[in-house]
Amino acid sequence: MMRTYAGHSTAKASNELYRGNLAKGQTGLSVAFDLPTQTGYDPDDELSRGEVGKVGVPVVHRGDMATLMDGIPLGEMNTSMTINATAAWLLALYIVAAEEQDVAQEQLQGTTQNDIIKEFLARGTYAFPPAPSMRLIADMIAYTVEHVPKWNPINICSYHLQEAGATPVQEIAYAMSNAIAVLDAVRERVAEERMSDVFGRISFFVNAGVRFIEEHAKLRAMSILWEQLGRERYGVSDPRHLRFRYGVQVNSLGLTEAQPENNVQRIVLEALAVTLGRDARARAIQLPAWNEALGLPRPWDQQWSLRIQQVLAYETDILEYPDIFEGSKVMESLVAELLEGARAEMAVVAEHGGAVEAVPYMKGALVDSHRQRIERIESGDLTVVGQNRFVETAVSPLTADAEGGILVVDPAVEAQQIEAVRRWRSERDQTAVDAALSDLARVTGEESSQENLMIPTIAAARAGATTGEWSRTLREVFGSYRAPTGVGEASGVAASEDLRELRDQVAKLKEHLGRRPKILVGKPGLDGHSNGAEQIAVRARDSGMDVVYEGIRLTPAQIAASALQEGVHVIGLSILSGSHRELIPAVMKALGEAGVKAPVVVGGIIPDQDVAALQRAGVAAVYTPKDFDINRIMHDIVKLVSNGNGQVSSPNGAA
Amino acid sequence: MSTEGAALGVRLRERDLTAAPATLNLLESTTPADREQSAALLREVSPGALGGEAPGHVIGITGPPGAGKSTLLSALLHAWREQGRTVAMLAVDPSSRRSGGALLGDRARIDFDAADRGVLIRSTAAGERLGGLAWPTRAAAHALAAAFDVVVIETVGVGQAETEIVDVADTVVVVVQPGGGDALQFLKSGIMEIPDVLVVTKADLGQLATRTRRDLSAALRSLGSRSTPVLAVASLPPPQGVEELIAALEEHRTGTDLAGRRLRARRASALADYTHEHGDRGLRALGGRHAAGALLAEQDPGLDVPALVAALEQGADRSS
Ligand code: B12
Ligand SMILES: Nc1nc2c(ncn2[C@@H]2O[C@H](COP(=O)(O)OP(=O)(O)OP(=O)(O)O)[C@@H](O)[C@H]2O)c(=O)[nH]1
Ligand SMILES: [Mg+2]
Repeated sequence: MMRTYAGHSTAKASNELYRGNLAKGQTGLSVAFDLPTQTGYDPDDELSRGEVGKVGVPVVHRGDMATLMDGIPLGEMNTSMTINATAAWLLALYIVAAEEQDVAQEQLQGTTQNDIIKEFLARGTYAFPPAPSMRLIADMIAYTVEHVPKWNPINICSYHLQEAGATPVQEIAYAMSNAIAVLDAVRERVAEERMSDVFGRISFFVNAGVRFIEEHAKLRAMSILWEQLGRERYGVSDPRHLRFRYGVQVNSLGLTEAQPENNVQRIVLEALAVTLGRDARARAIQLPAWNEALGLPRPWDQQWSLRIQQVLAYETDILEYPDIFEGSKVMESLVAELLEGARAEMAVVAEHGGAVEAVPYMKGALVDSHRQRIERIESGDLTVVGQNRFVETAVSPLTADAEGGILVVDPAVEAQQIEAVRRWRSERDQTAVDAALSDLARVTGEESSQENLMIPTIAAARAGATTGEWSRTLREVFGSYRAPTGVGEASGVAASEDLRELRDQVAKLKEHLGRRPKILVGKPGLDGHSNGAEQIAVRARDSGMDVVYEGIRLTPAQIAASALQEGVHVIGLSILSGSHRELIPAVMKALGEAGVKAPVVVGGIIPDQDVAALQRAGVAAVYTPKDFDINRIMHDIVKLVSNGNGQVSSPNGAA
Repeated sequence: MSTEGAALGVRLRERDLTAAPATLNLLESTTPADREQSAALLREVSPGALGGEAPGHVIGITGPPGAGKSTLLSALLHAWREQGRTVAMLAVDPSSRRSGGALLGDRARIDFDAADRGVLIRSTAAGERLGGLAWPTRAAAHALAAAFDVVVIETVGVGQAETEIVDVADTVVVVVQPGGGDALQFLKSGIMEIPDVLVVTKADLGQLATRTRRDLSAALRSLGSRSTPVLAVASLPPPQGVEELIAALEEHRTGTDLAGRRLRARRASALADYTHEHGDRGLRALGGRHAAGALLAEQDPGLDVPALVAALEQGADRSS
């Protein structure tokens, strides 16, 4: 099946995009939601600022879903939704949209990603604490197995784990442990004889990196483990249910900003990992674009990636042979090695009490693996062509155009969406919404309740409640939650010559300031890309600084309050989602109002053409992925604080 | 510039909470100029200058890593703010590394309203003195108690580490999690001093929490302490037992001779600081620990810790 992951701006604009793609022969839909929809906030929420309609489509209520699916026959469509914390809600809206088209839920086909553990570990769009999140997932699986039988309610993702630094062993072990946690939770909510169906409904979303031989072995290892798990733990014997079904998105973490044309080679090789051997071949593949590290791809960039797939499928002979690795000693021993490592790591997770309880452990382990990877790139141990080796280049014609080779979403969309949701709220039957939400709260509240949360969720969708209201109702009962950051667990970097020098400088600065240099690493807004912030925080600690890092999803006011109260000497902000244009000036304003005078540096995906505006707003320095040498960044920061004499806030500490 | 410390002290005395961040920046600093300003600041909030003990309730919360101290503080914070009480939290993080740097993680566990000016949360690294309180934390607690209604210090430890917190806090709370056998052993073997309040966290875990609470109560009874409350608290929503904990803290404070406890604490702190600075030789110069204690007892009860240290130093000079 071929589809492109799409959605942006508004439901109406995305609907036009989908209809266009379907007319061109695309056979399914893959819906990308914006971050407010994924995390359960309405467009007018303070946290949504800068993110409405940006990385996907905002869907706020059943009206939006109807618009999004207008003219698309839902009874025949196969719709994949990248949605997790709010998956139950979006599925409910989809069911209601189908009702409005006179299509029964029994006919609906598609997938909701619905994997919450990897949200805590890597992706960041969680909304509720772990235990209640698992109840929501289990309820949803139990509901679909019964009432929406063609739906794939969950897609266990190891993709995101590799993007957060996982080694192949970690990717396998954490994905399998995650699946166990989900299956165990569902087992408590469905009849035992249904478990074979449930097992068979679970599919995976995996990653494939550029070390493609080992990556292929990883997929073979996963198939073996999955089948074993089915037979031994869940008593599944039907071979159709035991098959390891997976889709792939190939690795993006290794795609570079420097000499971005090299990313095309990397993507091709990564695609081989999941196509070469028939016994572990992916059912669906998504390839990132050459300009991945620059910003959102434009239609032409996506077309190029689609063509890579088509060349592989239609020009090469890859699909003509049975499994080409059968009987290969090298492959067998690679697989055996990975299996052994993965089983050992799964045992560690089990010792922690299973994947839900082991979230802090796994998060720490991922941050630590990523730290090691980055150190190897810095030291040159791991070659990244065009970045730390073979760096000389002729002028590139690819990035020369006005937008710098990326897609930019119209900032006016946010204001329109805020206006639209307010209108929706004022025009609906408020009494019905209130009643539906209070029933939702009731079912949510009863801990031991055997009532399925899908029922009041669908009722609230019908009544016209909004994404933010549904989520708030659940948050009020479940409590708000901040995921562990994992940074405290990361071990210290090996003390290289460079680092020792850095520590000396930090020590000198400490003498000068009278106390240890203190940095606040902040992640404003809904952006969940935490890798960069985590590694900056860990390295600042290893350079000898005191580091305050509170994790993702902070408002500008929270960052300003923390900076003031903690008396930090420098503030580092990290944004990769593209919302820096709105959020960085907002943070600068909040800092000014709080009387914080400490200098601010910014890092992330910041296109060249935006740097000047950030500097005008008062930002001292901007870093992007091409600044891969983190010690250099630390040197700069030390210099910045020394030059500013360590000023932290106005002496009167404004109110 | 030279009156900066005193001016901050005066603002704290007038209960101006916005003086708190700058106060902490100053107290943490080790440059000689800042130390002088710090002394000036502390003078302005000494019992002598305040005309009595600082009004804030200084609470020390300690317990093993991961016991749920910060989460409990988050729940307490909400309850205190609902009562309209202003709160300062000093989180002392033990995690500093060989590099000297530290990742200060407690703040992330505390859910606070950024617009609320009645709350201050400050994280500090424990620094070189293992398990103990860094000098700035002690000074900060004294100073902030002049302005805030509640000052809480979070430290990690079970066993000896609390002894230092006893020297600072009016009320010491030891936090253990269900199944936390160490605390029980430490209590029984006398390694751990009996705290003012014992809390078993994560009460939502049920059975195990109840059993731990019962075991601790029994151990306390067998040690002859009938009055130490042992409470079970769940800090994650829906919180349980937080109101009871607040009542127990209140009760302890009203039942304590606060002036006496703080005076003893100031003297103990002064002696510790003096010894830290001048070592055994310094103690000998005073004629030993006992004589030093006697010298401290002669001092004006309204003096702050730096002034008491200065008195010891003068005493040493005189006798050498
Ligand atoms: C890894 C990754 C992910 C991981 C993130 C894992 C994690 N926990 O961080 C996963 C798979 C979860 C993910 C998800 C998504 N991603 Co993504 N992701 C990436 C990717 C491939 C690499 C980013 C990365 O981690 N690099 C490694 C770190 C170490 O580098 P870094 O953060 O750039 O940091 C360096 C510098 O920038 C700087 N720096 C960064 N921060 C700071 C802070 C300070 C203080 C300082 C001094 C320096 C500094 O120093 C660092 C060292 O060199 C980028 C593309 C790319 N190749 O850059 C896309 C990218 C950022 N993602 C993107 C998108 C759209 C998404 C999704 C919305 C996709 C979707 N619709 O589901 C989701 C959103 C998730 C969310 N909650 O926000 C877009 C953003 C588009 C834009 N800006 O317009 C990008 C650019 C890809 C693309 N071209 O489309 N993603
Ligand atoms: N179930 C449950 N978990 C809790 C409760 N309180 C804390 N936790 C969890 O216990 C873990 C540790 O909590 P913290 O509050 O960070 O513990 P701490 O004692 O401050 O930890 P350190 O500062 O690292 O020593 C977190 O994962 C919390 O979510 C509770 O009442 N119930
Ligand atoms: Mg803590």
